[in-house]
Amino acid sequence: MKVPEERVSAATFENLAMPLFDQLYNFARWLTQDTAEAEDLVQETYTKALRGFSSFQPGTNFRAWMYRILRNSFLSSRTGLRTMVTIEGEADENLLPAESSTPESILIEQADRETVQQALADLPVPSREILLLCEVEEMSYQEIAETLAIPIGTVMSRLFRARKALRELLREKIKGGRHGV
Amino acid sequence: MACEQWSDRQGAEEYSTKLSAYVDGELDPTEDSLLGAHLRKCAACAADALEQVRIKRSVQMAGKRYSASPEFRNRIAKATSIASKPRRQIVWHWQILAVPALLLLIISVAVNFYVGRDSTHRQRVYSELADLHVAALASATPVDVVSTDRHTVKPWFQGKIPFSFNLPELQGSEFTLLGGRVTYLAQAPGAHLIFQVRKHEVSVFIFQDRIFGDRGEETVGSSSGPVSVLSFNVENWTQGGLRYFVVGDVAANDIDALSKLLRDAH
Repeated sequence: MKVPEERVSAATFENLAMPLFDQLYNFARWLTQDTAEAEDLVQETYTKALRGFSSFQPGTNFRAWMYRILRNSFLSSRTGLRTMVTIEGEADENLLPAESSTPESILIEQADRETVQQALADLPVPSREILLLCEVEEMSYQEIAETLAIPIGTVMSRLFRARKALRELLREKIKGGRHGV
Repeated sequence: MACEQWSDRQGAEEYSTKLSAYVDGELDPTEDSLLGAHLRKCAACAADALEQVRIKRSVQMAGKRYSASPEFRNRIAKATSIASKPRRQIVWHWQILAVPALLLLIISVAVNFYVGRDSTHRQRVYSELADLHVAALASATPVDVVSTDRHTVKPWFQGKIPFSFNLPELQGSEFTLLGGRVTYLAQAPGAHLIFQVRKHEVSVFIFQDRIFGDRGEETVGSSSGPVSVLSFNVENWTQGGLRYFVVGDVAANDIDALSKLLRDAH
């Protein structure tokens, strides 16, 4: 959602920010895994964004700006500090593709929505957030890079790593489900 | 490993990231067509890509999971709407009144530099109070002491703020006390009380007058009645060394009525 410079003076914060409410809440709820915390996070995001709206650079990406505020607020929260520790130890290794074309890979197609949701919730926050930004919010790599303040190359490698982790989690859950029957 | 073409480690890494970008439609056209051509020939790599697409679709569906409660949505919408109004009005006034405003600006600068400075200070104080009012209403817990009883709310502030104040008897009036919280202005603590009148919330802020400096009366001023600031009506006065601000989006006569009740409580 690029905002043309000439329209910025007339565009109100309300008109720009409220259409993003549902997706920001969904993202916040996934990050925090808690309804009350998600509400606090969204509220803090809107309050901060409103106060800082005058510093918003016309012509830049408003959606990425809002997500960046939300994510930074989350990172400074108690839950955020605890859950994002893993991102510091991110290594540029283990980028090899996962084994594919196994019977399990076919079963992934059959994984129901609830299983995928459980697997997503089990992922570390850095993997979960990048998958949500890419798949659910349908952000481009450039937007993700702006939101997470990382280079596009890191977006690509982190995204691949997140998909691989999710695939492995799904395999475990599907196998566990089959054995459990 | 998908196929022999990507058998070495470096090739495998390049393949992994490229395949992700291919599935996301993020490769440049040349690389996209090269990888596309390879996938049409290589069953193993095609299966890899297909699996990534399946996962992508699964996450797309599963990720849209949570919806906010209508109450929470309304709260944010209301707070955002109230706070956005001034911006819209300022734009409108600027467009229509650009020339007279410019003339007024030149005259006012020429007449008195201090008046301009004091007015800016007053606007800043009012803006800050409007922000505090909106932020409290948008909060999940607008008040920390929840009570309609002034004999519960007033004692709650003891030991939390460095002064005491009186609250009016509201029986027979249209106002209801909802509660209070400690707030801060210019790094000084104060009382923030919220009253309700016909489903509208009105904030009353009480601070020590001395936090506004030696020229507090000149810079913040006492209004003879409610004034409209940023689409809110605000009334303020000093009494017993304390400065009171009544802020709300209700009619000016409601602000005035609550202000009188508070004045008479002393």
